[in-house]
Amino acid sequence: MPAQDRGELRIIGFLCNWCSYAGADTAGVGRLGQPTDLRIIRLPCTGRMDPLFVLKALINGADGVLVSGCHPNDCHYSEGNFYARRRLEVLKRFLPVLGFDARRFEYTWVSASEAKRWQSVVSDFTEQVHNLGAGPDLARASS
Amino acid sequence: MRIGVFVCHCGSNIADNVEVARAAQTSLLYPDVTFATDMMYTCSEAGQSGIEQAVQEHSLDGVVVAACTPKMHEPTFRRAVERAGLNRYMFEMVNIREHASWISKDKEKNTRKAQELIHMAVEKLRQNSALTPKYFEINKRVLIIGAGIAGIQAALDCAEGGLEVLLLEKESTIGGKMAKLDKTFPTVDCSSCILSPKMVDVSLHPNITLYAYSELEQLSGYVGNYQATIRRKATYVDWDKCTGCGRCMEKCPSKKARDHFNEDLTRTTAINIPFPQAIPKRAKIDANHCLKLLKDKCGICEEVCPTQAIDYNMQDELVTAEVGAVITSTGFDLFDHSKYGEYGGGRYQDVITSMQYERLLNASGPTGGAIQRPSDGKEPKKVVFVQCVGSRDKSVDRPYCSGFCCMYTAKQAILTKDHLPESESFVFYMDIRAPGKQYDEFTRRAIEEYGTRYVRGRVAQIYPYGEGLMVRGVDTLMGCQVEVEADLVVLAVGAECSKEAPALAEKLRISTDQHGFFTESHPKLRPVETNTAGIFLAGACQGPKDIPSSVGQGSAAAAKILALFSKDMLESDPQVAQVNLPRCIGCGKCIRICPFGAIQEVQDRAGQPKAEVIETVCQGCGLCEVTCPQSAIQLNHCTDNQILAEVNALCPPKTEESFE
Repeated sequence: MPAQDRGELRIIGFLCNWCSYAGADTAGVGRLGQPTDLRIIRLPCTGRMDPLFVLKALINGADGVLVSGCHPNDCHYSEGNFYARRRLEVLKRFLPVLGFDARRFEYTWVSASEAKRWQSVVSDFTEQVHNLGAGPDLARASS
Repeated sequence: MRIGVFVCHCGSNIADNVEVARAAQTSLLYPDVTFATDMMYTCSEAGQSGIEQAVQEHSLDGVVVAACTPKMHEPTFRRAVERAGLNRYMFEMVNIREHASWISKDKEKNTRKAQELIHMAVEKLRQNSALTPKYFEINKRVLIIGAGIAGIQAALDCAEGGLEVLLLEKESTIGGKMAKLDKTFPTVDCSSCILSPKMVDVSLHPNITLYAYSELEQLSGYVGNYQATIRRKATYVDWDKCTGCGRCMEKCPSKKARDHFNEDLTRTTAINIPFPQAIPKRAKIDANHCLKLLKDKCGICEEVCPTQAIDYNMQDELVTAEVGAVITSTGFDLFDHSKYGEYGGGRYQDVITSMQYERLLNASGPTGGAIQRPSDGKEPKKVVFVQCVGSRDKSVDRPYCSGFCCMYTAKQAILTKDHLPESESFVFYMDIRAPGKQYDEFTRRAIEEYGTRYVRGRVAQIYPYGEGLMVRGVDTLMGCQVEVEADLVVLAVGAECSKEAPALAEKLRISTDQHGFFTESHPKLRPVETNTAGIFLAGACQGPKDIPSSVGQGSAAAAKILALFSKDMLESDPQVAQVNLPRCIGCGKCIRICPFGAIQEVQDRAGQPKAEVIETVCQGCGLCEVTCPQSAIQLNHCTDNQILAEVNALCPPKTEESFE
């Protein structure tokens, strides 16, 4: 049954293994309550984040995409997140050109110890996506 | 492909908020899943052998476990899968505890989340392939940064274990904070008497190379094969010639240099050996105060030096070294109490820090062990100790407890009574935290045998009063305001991260917590490891620690390295980038972008340039994969197809068109 029917939206999170994924773990250990919409995909680094993953997700009908990595300068691989920042910033500006609301995509930095920050990032982004509502149904639009 | 799905109850941790059995049952609907079950504790012996059994009985060739975070038990289950005869990379882990059951109590939504996450993992696993690790040679030399007690202990243990050790110290002598202390709690034995022999051992050990007055400039490489660049700061004294006789110190006319070792209670000469037991016992010139270096006048030390060791033209020197592992034991700094305006903000001479008081008590300190207050040199009759200055106080961003201040304050109160039997001591405290062996007995002794007056409450204000100071605070047990006239006030300043810690963390590619202390790999089970392989932590750089804990961590880090180096070859992680040669056009973008220099250009048989990944150097970040215009380079176990399989599992393509 599609998620929308039960009041949930489909949000995909691409998280860096070394910081944000661990930060989400820390938030879990701290039992910091969060909305349940987010589904997390673990990446070795946000530098691994191909902007096309975001587009693919949005085209397939995801209602929101969140990317979270290490704070600039704190990359486990020394510079991966700098490349991610450039690529994702370009992507964010490019989304409206493709017909997507840029607010459906966010990228952010959360370290392994920032459980509270992770909680607010997830809560805020989920709320933002819920305010936008379900994403455009591309299948219907193209037929 | 035949996939088995195992969903864990984790006791009630998951089962309370996720319908585990239902999540397991629905897994059978996903492609290739031929077996699914739920288990009470999948990580237990019964759980692991259950997986092994199921793999054999149902001829599974892939396993999905939905349980806790992979950071916890992914290696555990990989081993179990391997025991069952599968390749360890034919395994995927789903996090339904930290990322589902622990963050929401909505069982319906959590269950759906678990189901979808399992579906994503199954789709990824269908794209997995068996991977085999490579082996690489390692350099069994250890770099230890910081030669306080934790670093000294680690260096001695590594050296005793037969490893070559490079020991770095930013000051001109090793010993760290412990060398400044007078006595140690709870035994009240002399700090330097137990530390100095270890310092001498360091200097004499054939396996230890000491780089004093040196700092780490840069670190590159990976576990087993790090390249360190060390900056040997200019001392203006040739340490090969210097004998530490001290004649230069006697004759130096510039006597206004800062005396860091004595916590600025006094001034010292521009050319200086910090203290008599210094290791190495070598002189160093403070360039900010040397008349020769500042104004090209003087040159007396050069004249009096019996071994012609003085070299005013000395420059910083960069040394490179190959090491296999690194221990960072850079310690802590003391909280700057001038942030507390109500305690004078550093304006009152007779309001001093606990470390300054330690130097006053110390027989090798500026007063020769006589307690004299800084303003007029008089013996104090009443000493007030204020605890938790820069600890447990959110208003100065130090919400944590520094751990050792309660104990050293009790020690200093006892020593005050020993030095000045007529004196009276007061301690303002929030709670007495004395959880170590013999610690609580020790604080009781300070109160009961030494008559120290403990007042439970915060000090609100310290201000000059007559010839001394007035300490105004509250006694929360009596419920009244108290005022104590004091001749000397000692602030028990807390610990904070070393000022250089954030910069060092960047160089070592390790992380820090919100207060700048280095983060361990797991707060309970991996306390001396970091998330960067081959880099270990010891002592207070990881969080405030007393001497026994620092020594314990120093030994623990050394033991970890001895275990790591007990093998001659290390296994490399096969989750590395791989080049699809026919697709590679030899543009070289991946070579330029790789942060590790793990990709090199080679020529194929037709003489065309191609990229080649050095598997043992590649760290598996995947930066090259996104950069490659041809998608010719793919990160094993995290290929584009694997990630897209997860995306498609969650959001199935709605149109017939293929975007691949």
